[in-house]
Amino acid sequence: MALALGTGAVVLVVLVWELMRPTLASALARGREIWSLRRRASAASGYDPGREHRAEQRARALLRSCIEDEDWAMYRDLGFLRVWGGLGEREPGARSAYAYLIYPHKPIVAFVPETGELLNEYCVAFPDHSKPFGSARLPHSDDVLAKWMALTADERRLIGEANMHLPGRQIEPDRVRRDLVRLARWERQRADRSKIGRQHGNVRAA
Amino acid sequence: MKLLRMKPGHGEIVLAEGDVAVPEQERELIEAFRRELDAGMWAAVPKEAAGGRREAELVKSFAEVPRDAERVIFFPRAAGGAPEASL
Repeated sequence: MALALGTGAVVLVVLVWELMRPTLASALARGREIWSLRRRASAASGYDPGREHRAEQRARALLRSCIEDEDWAMYRDLGFLRVWGGLGEREPGARSAYAYLIYPHKPIVAFVPETGELLNEYCVAFPDHSKPFGSARLPHSDDVLAKWMALTADERRLIGEANMHLPGRQIEPDRVRRDLVRLARWERQRADRSKIGRQHGNVRAA
Repeated sequence: MKLLRMKPGHGEIVLAEGDVAVPEQERELIEAFRRELDAGMWAAVPKEAAGGRREAELVKSFAEVPRDAERVIFFPRAAGGAPEASL
């Protein structure tokens, strides 16, 4: 009796195994395939903070090599660039009646330096649709440089490409006003330092 | 002259480098230049304007690039930006 039951159990196990084997094998293969696809996708587009950091360092070096020293110091210290507007009438040698603030991956903000009045936000991006590392976004400083080059080269064209909005659409107006105050303070401090430097130079020369 | 291209996740890469006075090298520069323009890139030449002011010039063909330019920088063309969250 026991022998018959044992034999029956073995036969049952073998039958169940034979029935399940194809299903199990295909499930295993599918699992392997999914895992391999996920690995490949993550290698191609995965966020690598080291790579992003190196990209940003390269972008900063390129930006620095293209803009004036004072503009570089402004970006380094304050995190944005001011570019004077080039359109409209003005006296020779006089500064423009309006200027722009360039933030990385944020709209360009037009303002009146005389009064601090905010004029417009110009939403513009430089998406690289080839997405070499899974993202279309340039490093921060490359985005700033692209805006700076396009603005200084052909302001009208860049503004024409941008979506224009009233201030406050994407950047808090209070934030921009605070940045304008920081910029004014930063310029005063630089002017003072330069004045002191000149005085020391004159004392040494005397 | 160096042709550079801004690249997400990398920073700039050197596409081509050569002396425009050497015909073979100039040809390579022109080919690389055309490839980037065909791919929809904008090309800018950083330069120093009167009074030492720095600015850039957008160029649409290799013939427009000043012969003494050290670099041409390619970057994706501008597009109206999509709304994002506020700062």
